[in-house]
Amino acid sequence: MAHKHETPSLDESFDFSPELRKKLIISAIIGIAMVALGAFLIKNHWSIGVWDAGHGAEHAAEGHGGGEHHGATLFSRIVANLWMNSVYFLGISVVGVFFLSYNYVAKAGWYASFKRVPEAFPSFIIVPALVMLALFLYPDTRNIIFHWTHHGIMEVGSENYDKIIAGKSWYLNFPFFLVRMVAYFGVWYYLWTQIRKYSLLEDETNDLAYYYKSRNYAKMFLIFFAVTSSTAAWDFSMSIDTHWFSTMFGWYHLASWHVAGLAAMMLTILLLKDKGYLKAVTFSSIHDLGKLMFGFSVFWTYVWFSQFLLIFYANLPEETIYFRERFSGHGGRYFAPFIINLILNFVFPFLILMARESKRNMTFLKLACGSILVGHWFDFYQIQMPGIAKDQGGIGIIEWGTTLTFASLFIYFVANQLSKANLIPKNHPFIEESLHHDI
Amino acid sequence: MTDKKYIVGIFNDEDVVMDAVQKIRSKGIKIHEVFCPYPVHGLDHALGYERPRMGVPAFLFGITGTCLAFLLTFWTLGIDWPMNIGGKNFFPFPTNIPIVFELTVLLAAFGMSFTFFFMEGLGPSVKPIIFDIRSTDDKFAMAIDLNKNTVSDSEIKAFLSEVGAKEVNVKEV
Repeated sequence: MAHKHETPSLDESFDFSPELRKKLIISAIIGIAMVALGAFLIKNHWSIGVWDAGHGAEHAAEGHGGGEHHGATLFSRIVANLWMNSVYFLGISVVGVFFLSYNYVAKAGWYASFKRVPEAFPSFIIVPALVMLALFLYPDTRNIIFHWTHHGIMEVGSENYDKIIAGKSWYLNFPFFLVRMVAYFGVWYYLWTQIRKYSLLEDETNDLAYYYKSRNYAKMFLIFFAVTSSTAAWDFSMSIDTHWFSTMFGWYHLASWHVAGLAAMMLTILLLKDKGYLKAVTFSSIHDLGKLMFGFSVFWTYVWFSQFLLIFYANLPEETIYFRERFSGHGGRYFAPFIINLILNFVFPFLILMARESKRNMTFLKLACGSILVGHWFDFYQIQMPGIAKDQGGIGIIEWGTTLTFASLFIYFVANQLSKANLIPKNHPFIEESLHHDI
Repeated sequence: MTDKKYIVGIFNDEDVVMDAVQKIRSKGIKIHEVFCPYPVHGLDHALGYERPRMGVPAFLFGITGTCLAFLLTFWTLGIDWPMNIGGKNFFPFPTNIPIVFELTVLLAAFGMSFTFFFMEGLGPSVKPIIFDIRSTDDKFAMAIDLNKNTVSDSEIKAFLSEVGAKEVNVKEV
C-alpha cells in the first residue's frame, strides 16, 4: 500500500470550449481543401508532395467491369486515402472498447483513474463507418477498392472470370460483405453505448450492480471482437489483394490497431495532464500504460516478422507477390513507407521506451506516442495503398489533407465525449486502487 | 560463526512497521532488513533501497546470446556446411532472427537468475539466517545489526517498543 499521500479532487470536468470546437472544424475543412488543392496540382502536373505520382492522371477511367487491366487514377488515390484513414481511425476508436473490455474482464483496477479516455474513443466509430459504407455502396468506388467486386469476375465464361477469386465467392460476395460491415460497426458501437451508459450511471449512484452489468457487456464484446477483429482485417484490408492471403493477417491487423489505440490513449492522457486535468492519474498508471505500449509495439513486430519470415522461407510466388509489390512494385514507390513502418513502429519505440525512467517521462512518452501513431498510419498505408492506388500512390498534400480531416474530427468527437462526464469515474469500484497504484 | 548480534523487533501490522521504519531511520539507526509475510508496497522505498540494476547483467548476457547465436548460425550454415534451401543465399539474414532471438532471451534469463542468486548469496547448500520464523506466517520482523550502529542496544530496544514493536528479541548468530 502506498501510504500518506493526498489524492487530488476527483471532480474534474473537461471544458470543450467553443474556440477549440471552431478550430477543429476549421482544420477539418482545411484538410478537405488540401485534398482538393493536391488533386488540382496533380491534374496540372505540378506535383510538390514527397514521392508524388505526378503523372498519368489522364488515365481513362475504365469504369466498372472494364478489361483485365484496371488502371489507377487520381480518383483511386483519393478513394484509397479515405479507405485507409477510415480503417486506421476505426481501429483506434474500437480499441477504446477493447481496452475497457479486457480490463473489466480481468477485474483490473490500475486503469480506473483514466478510464474515461478510452471510453470516449469509440464515439468516433460512426464517421469511419459511414465513410466506409458509402465507399462500398457506391459501385465506382467499390470497384476501385476491391478487385473481387468487378463484374463477371466470378461467372464462368465471362471474360473477367477468375477461378481463384470465384472460389472465394461464398465469403466475398456483396450481400454477405455488407451484412458483415453493418454487423461490425453496429455491434461494436452498441456494446460501447451500453458500457458507457452504465459507467455514467455509476457516477450518479453508488451502485455496484452497474459494474457487473458493464462486465457482462465487456464479456460479450470480447467474444464478438475475438472473431470480428480477424474477419474485419480480412474484409477491410486483406481482400484488397484478393488473390493473396495470410493466416497471420488477423493478428497482424489487430496488433496494429491495438498499439495505435494505446498510443492515442497515452497521448490524450498526457495532453490532458498538460492542460491541468487528470491530476489524480498517478505516474504509476502512466508507467503501466507505457509498458503496454512498449509490449504491444514489440508484439506487432513479432507478428509482422512471423508473417514475413514464413513467406520469405516458403518462397511461394503467390505469397511473395505481396512483398514483391511493396519492395519494388509500381516503380518502387512503396519501399520507403515499408521501411519507415519498421523504424517508427519497432526500432524507435523499442529503444526509447526500454528504460524504466523513460516510461515515466512525459517528453519521451510523447515522442514514442507520436512515433507509434505516425508509424501505424504508415502501416495501413503500405497495407492498402499498393492494392488500391497502385502506380498513383504517393505521399503529398492529398494524404496530409485526408489525415488532417480525420484527425480533427476524431479529436472533436473524443473531446465532445470527454466534456459530457466527470473526467474521473469517481464511483468506480476500483478507483481507490487506481489512485494509490504504486509500482 | 561470527558473533553477530541483532535486535529483532516483532510487529503485528504493516502500517505500524511502515511508520516504525521511517521513525527509526530518521533517528539515524541503520536497519539490517525487514521480513514480511507478503510484499508490502512502498517498504523498499521507505527502507531507502536503491533500485536494483538488473538491466546491466540482462543486457550483457543478452548481447552475449545474440553474438553466440549469430556465430553459431554463421559458422554452421555459412561456412561449415552450406545448404541450398529454396535457392536462397547460404546465409540469409531473416532466417537467423528466430534463433538469435531465442538465444538472446535464454541467456538473458539464465544470466539474470544466476546473477540474482549470486548477489543474494543464495544456493543449494546455503543456510539462511532466520530471525524469526513467524515472519513467514503473520508477523513482521525488523532486524537491526548492532555492530553497524553506534546507538546503544538498550536505547534501540526502548525505541523499538516505543514505535510499536510487540516484542523485542536479541538474536546472536
